[in-house]
Amino acid sequence: MKTYDIVIIGGGPAGLAAAVSARENGIQDILILERDKELGGILNQCIHNGFGLHTFKEELTGPEYAGRFIKQVMDLGIEYKLHTMVMDISSDKIVTAMNREEGLFEIQAGAVILAMGCRERSRGALNIPGYRPAGIYSAGTAQRLVNMEGYMPGREVVILGSGDIGLIMARRMTLEGAKVKVVAELMPYSGGLKRNIVQCLNDYDIPLKLSHTVVDIKGKERVEGITLAEVDGKGKPIPGTEEEYTCDTLLLSCGLIPENEISRGMGVDMNPVTSGPKVNESLETNIEGVFACGNVLHVHDLVDFVSEEAKTAGRNAAEYVKNLQADTDDRDKHSREEAAEIVLNPVEGVRYTVPSTINPVHMDENLTVRFRVGGVYKNCYVSVYFDEERVIHKKRPVVAPGEMEQIKLTKEQLMKYPGLKTITVKIEEA
Amino acid sequence: MGTVTTRELTCIGCPMGCPLIVTMEAGEVISVTGNTCKRGDVYARKEVTNPTRIVTSTVRVSGGDADMVSVKTKEDIPKGKIFECVKALKSVEVPAPVHIGDVLVKDVAGTGVDIVATKNVESI
Repeated sequence: MKTYDIVIIGGGPAGLAAAVSARENGIQDILILERDKELGGILNQCIHNGFGLHTFKEELTGPEYAGRFIKQVMDLGIEYKLHTMVMDISSDKIVTAMNREEGLFEIQAGAVILAMGCRERSRGALNIPGYRPAGIYSAGTAQRLVNMEGYMPGREVVILGSGDIGLIMARRMTLEGAKVKVVAELMPYSGGLKRNIVQCLNDYDIPLKLSHTVVDIKGKERVEGITLAEVDGKGKPIPGTEEEYTCDTLLLSCGLIPENEISRGMGVDMNPVTSGPKVNESLETNIEGVFACGNVLHVHDLVDFVSEEAKTAGRNAAEYVKNLQADTDDRDKHSREEAAEIVLNPVEGVRYTVPSTINPVHMDENLTVRFRVGGVYKNCYVSVYFDEERVIHKKRPVVAPGEMEQIKLTKEQLMKYPGLKTITVKIEEA
Repeated sequence: MGTVTTRELTCIGCPMGCPLIVTMEAGEVISVTGNTCKRGDVYARKEVTNPTRIVTSTVRVSGGDADMVSVKTKEDIPKGKIFECVKALKSVEVPAPVHIGDVLVKDVAGTGVDIVATKNVESI
């Protein structure tokens, strides 16, 4: 069986940044496995600009952003396999994968970095009544068809869901000559970034209907129209509010779900809120030497933060491998058993945190804790409590579920609280 | 004294999306508030006088390892020229190879701005 120090599952933004970081931290023997025909992942179809403001201090398109990292991977001579599908990973890190050249094969990994990204919530998962005609696409599928294959999925479009991909596709379809009649959003707020509402909807006078959903799809062979209805506070359609729209296409942009079939199969503990692995301060899962980063861990809005997170995962995977290769005493010293872990406790408006636990002995000097809120809060405070004591109380004009939040913790700060058990993160109203 | 008017905008300079209030008098911007950084001020002043956008799209490629290559306007163009710009790209087909930064169309739709490739497409 072939062996690699680090095997990275997925060659999108997370996998690429993790690979570069692992190499820069001294690991030579790295393999990236990618199922598509090229590296870069979803960025290849995200042809709009706005990527990289944090990482490169300039606005790039998706392919350009991916291109920067692909070039680094190439320049560093990091190995990768395309058209390669990972079927399974065992808990002792044997990766089973297949491709056309090699058939089915196994690789023993020293460390594994999970970077599989996420997929879109499908119509089936949304339970929309009606027939199953042609013309219903996830927004991402339509994006791939238009931007990479050069096909238009339809001419008269309704979009359900105001996530960023839906908003971006509203503009893209309009530019390509389609009529986007309405974007409907179940929630009373948009799940997308504000700039996308301005640039993709307002610029083109596309109406956004909040607290609305599709209650019927018409047409047997091809979509002929949909029925939109207003929903109440619980998301239930209100009788009598139905409106008919004729259209030949319905795009769904109703959320992204981390793609963790492989993680579950190998016994990784999952966080039910994020649908991603539970990780510690090193972005390591409950299985030692298995790390996760990017959208497979939790869905991000900004690729810059994916790259940043992946860099951390890559560095920690490199450290893990180096410790494995050092003597066993040293390895025992690094075992996570010995130091008490601090549990992060998201409450009152905070839905989750990444990481879920922090071992202060192992943490870097600075640690970014990322989280999402469960609703829109104006003039509020993001508060952090070390056990009972409030240590961070940061005023925020507005926080919303569509925009990931973060707080910074330092090792120095945590070391001042020996015996600290719980760090509570919450939203406090002013 | 001209009439003082205000316009509310959402800054698109970064994902923060700051709510901006632009106060104008006789077509002149007198103040911008609500921004957290310089970009908000610059955006607001431009948006009320001469709104511009970077336009991204695709053009066909012949003989390459992909059928389409993604492109963008090298700089932002007037908002009113967006459709003309995208229309001008419909009939364009370029031969592979194409590399990031290659100029594929010069002076698109009379804007003085070039269309450049944002992806590499190699010949096959």
